[in-house]
Amino acid sequence: MHSISEFGKSLRTPRFVKPGARTPYWADGICLAILTLFIGLFIYGLGQMMHPLAVLNSSPMSLDPARLPEYALRTTLRMFIALAASLIFTFVVATLAAKSRKAEQVIIPALDILQSVPVLGFLTFTVTFFMGLFPGRQMGVECAAIFAIFTSQAWNLAFSFYQSLRTVPSDLNEVSRQFGLSAVLRFTRLELPFAIPGLVWNMMMSMSGGWFFVVACEAISVGDTTVNLPGIGSWLALAIEQKNLAAIAWAVGAMALVILAYDQLLFRPIVAWADKFRFEQTASSKRPRSWMYSVLGRSRVAPMLGSILAAPWKCLMLIDWRVFSRLWKVKLTPGVVRVLDYAWLGLVMAACLAGSVYLFRFIEASLGVSDMVTAFGLGLATMVRVIVLIVIASLIWVPVGIWIGLRPVWAERLQPIAQFMAAFPANVLFPFAVIAIVGLHLNPDIWLSPLMVLGTQWYILFNVIAGASALPTDLREAATMFNMRGWQWWRRVALPGVFPYYITGALTASGGSWNASIVAEAVSWGDQHLEAAGLGSYIANATQAGDFPRVALGIVVMSVFVIAFNRLLWRPLYGFAERRLSLV
Amino acid sequence: MMAVETRCLVDVQKVRHVYGKGSKERLVLDDVTLTLNENEIVGLLGRSGSGKSTLLRSIAGLVVPTEGEVNFPRRVQGRAMSVGMVFQSFALFPWLTVLENVEVGLEAQRVPAAVRRKRALAAIDLIGLDGFESAYPKELSGGMRQRVGMARALVIDPDVLLMDEPFSALDVLTAETLRTDLLDMWSEGRMPIKSILMVTHNIAEAVLMCDRILLFSSNPGRVISEIKVDLPQPRNRQDPIFRALVEEIYVLMTQDNDAGEIRQGVFPGTGLGMVLPQVSTNALAGLIEAIHAPPYSLKADLPELAAALHYNADELFPIAEVLQLLRFAELKGGDIRLLPAANRYALADVDERKQLFAQHLLSFVPLVAHIRRVLDDRPTHTAPARRFRDQLEDFMSESDAMQTLNAVIQWGRYAELFAYDELTDQFSLDNPS
Repeated sequence: MHSISEFGKSLRTPRFVKPGARTPYWADGICLAILTLFIGLFIYGLGQMMHPLAVLNSSPMSLDPARLPEYALRTTLRMFIALAASLIFTFVVATLAAKSRKAEQVIIPALDILQSVPVLGFLTFTVTFFMGLFPGRQMGVECAAIFAIFTSQAWNLAFSFYQSLRTVPSDLNEVSRQFGLSAVLRFTRLELPFAIPGLVWNMMMSMSGGWFFVVACEAISVGDTTVNLPGIGSWLALAIEQKNLAAIAWAVGAMALVILAYDQLLFRPIVAWADKFRFEQTASSKRPRSWMYSVLGRSRVAPMLGSILAAPWKCLMLIDWRVFSRLWKVKLTPGVVRVLDYAWLGLVMAACLAGSVYLFRFIEASLGVSDMVTAFGLGLATMVRVIVLIVIASLIWVPVGIWIGLRPVWAERLQPIAQFMAAFPANVLFPFAVIAIVGLHLNPDIWLSPLMVLGTQWYILFNVIAGASALPTDLREAATMFNMRGWQWWRRVALPGVFPYYITGALTASGGSWNASIVAEAVSWGDQHLEAAGLGSYIANATQAGDFPRVALGIVVMSVFVIAFNRLLWRPLYGFAERRLSLV
Repeated sequence: MMAVETRCLVDVQKVRHVYGKGSKERLVLDDVTLTLNENEIVGLLGRSGSGKSTLLRSIAGLVVPTEGEVNFPRRVQGRAMSVGMVFQSFALFPWLTVLENVEVGLEAQRVPAAVRRKRALAAIDLIGLDGFESAYPKELSGGMRQRVGMARALVIDPDVLLMDEPFSALDVLTAETLRTDLLDMWSEGRMPIKSILMVTHNIAEAVLMCDRILLFSSNPGRVISEIKVDLPQPRNRQDPIFRALVEEIYVLMTQDNDAGEIRQGVFPGTGLGMVLPQVSTNALAGLIEAIHAPPYSLKADLPELAAALHYNADELFPIAEVLQLLRFAELKGGDIRLLPAANRYALADVDERKQLFAQHLLSFVPLVAHIRRVLDDRPTHTAPARRFRDQLEDFMSESDAMQTLNAVIQWGRYAELFAYDELTDQFSLDNPS
């Protein structure tokens, strides 16, 4: 990638540069300090990961606040390693899907399903797999945890990138073909930049999703194996076990600090930088700002760093790729192509069939029809919860969101807070709910349910805020002119105006809620265990007991529910919103 | 006697191009042959759908024609590119600065960075973009953006500059400045190029800039005539010879329909399979009123009318032709003349207008009559639009079918011949009253 000033104005000095705009040494100082800190922490954390598993057992977790920074660091490191892995996965898989029709036929449906499958349920299988891969080393468990986070981050990134690749504007496409850009140059100059705004947004979403999982997957117990990886998640698990409220408060504080730090130091600058990749020909009046980005822009370190990062790409660009494309030129007749297509399709279908048969056998070997009926019934219970909660959350947050969105000053202030709330892993707050439910003798079947939307309701809120702020002024003025108020105003102006945004938010919220049910339907506080009857607690219990067939059955049933939900409800609503209510 | 040797740069032989497959296939270029020689500006002039952009793209190597050949007789061995292209939509990379945008083509040729910079700056200088090197496209006006597009095409040192309606996305004043600047650079030999091939649908623009104009018919695109423009540069739009030439081209462009009786074939396809343009009923009414009123009083000269209404030929023709299809007007020799029905229309009130329009729609647009008949025959008086769309797709491409049906929906709604519900995608007879 090119950096902020890769094309340094060395050749001629721009005439309008204010003297001293690039001189302050303090900017360099800040940049260097932050950079050194990052690298140091990274190396330290990585070193910790390599220790053998025995070290972990000999020095167990403690709830000493002095250890908290280290735990926070290791958790964060896992998150970013998973994010990096997700990005690599995205570039490879999504590019493959966009360039090859055969790959596309497999990858896109697979991504679609993976995106809506409860990834928490996979933990059981992946932990076993990775611990087998690195026997006796911490690395195995680390990998399992990282993989769990990865499975919560990768799919939407890949989807976004694929979508961008498919919608590259045709005129830019023609320009790059006319100039004969090589594949690498095309990627760096056209495809990647075009995809960046979508990627950045999805990266932030992925990070938020990832927190939820990191908390759930650091303290892993599968059957009789229990591993506590040093991190905030394990800290929290221990605090819950010891009923230590103060420790939970510490964890909440640490988490908030970490989220704030990477938001300010990493994501804000990236968003500010990504603004120039937005594909529109008019300059927008409101540009995202970031103090960190301004500091980077003023320092001399950033361009250096940029050119270091860009160096590998430059090397790739120097290679004459056309040599390879010439080697590839094998012309196939249409007949052969068709036969190959059918063969490929047959292969894929056969593989899918074999997979389902294998899965069915695996479940059927120890479970009967009655188990499936049970799982299905519990799925219905969880579905009722999800629907009721989304309705309640909508009833609360849609009016609030519209109210906020129509007041720009408030929207500007509250939007980041809503985003922060969405990023905050709600499962950290579960213990408080348990204390309340136990203390007040409430029915867990009902009162555990709100936990499912605790973290996901914010998607509804901030999407509605965005929708309401995007409502054109002339529409609002017309409504005022005609003296529209009360229900008529809501029905004719506000609700249709925010509907497309609301659907996006509600879709994300409902998907997240299904996933959250696995941790929200079975919670504990010390020796007290609360459970709500539902598919989530079914999977959680099966995981605890190491009952693989039941875990598999639970996941399959939940996937079926989620996919049916998406296909039968959200997708049609989405289409309706696109066709009828979009303002563009 | 020494004959000035005209050296051929681009040689297009018998190019034929078909889009789509099977029953939906559409012939866009039919047997087109042209040569582009050194030191000339050649314009490809025609209506939309005449395949001129497709031809330009075949020369640029972006489209491989179904039949025929595109040759570059003077292409030097080893030099990959000899054409540069300027796009109607500018097609700049919004995330690259002006300088980076200009450098992209050189980067693709793996020109060393220092040389690249030097050549890009030279091109930017030439095209008058000095001082904008570090600006992003979104900070520039349309005219400046197209200058970047031109610099980018010129910097790779092409023999031929291809331009696809380069000025049609610009406002009138900006477009004129850019044309003049380009002509100045051309006549002073400051550009590295040896000739220019441009696509346009603006007749005056073609006469102003080109040495030779190739006139294309539409559906399918064929070269119907070649006009040499011998006027010295700079040309004056008010010059009577200039105006006569524009007039002559207008006549040639309407001549298609000059076979005595009015034929249906203005639009591709016949009967139900006719591809109809989306022309709003307001535009139709507006044109009738404009021609009905003085100074024209029932008969108008098309170029004059276009100028008075601030329309391009390309925008005016479809409206005029729908009027002709509906027997409200006839086009002959660059003139449009209102028929008695249009006279009545102009004088009628809203309801009478609608009735008149409905009568003509039913009589002269087979698809409208067909839809109405189906609705009348059915006991429920409803029919899914899908049914008609499928039927149309037997004759034409999916997008043409969609466009045609949308046009008919609009006209039918105005004439109150039938109603259409977008949500259910259904035609019906019940008009809310």
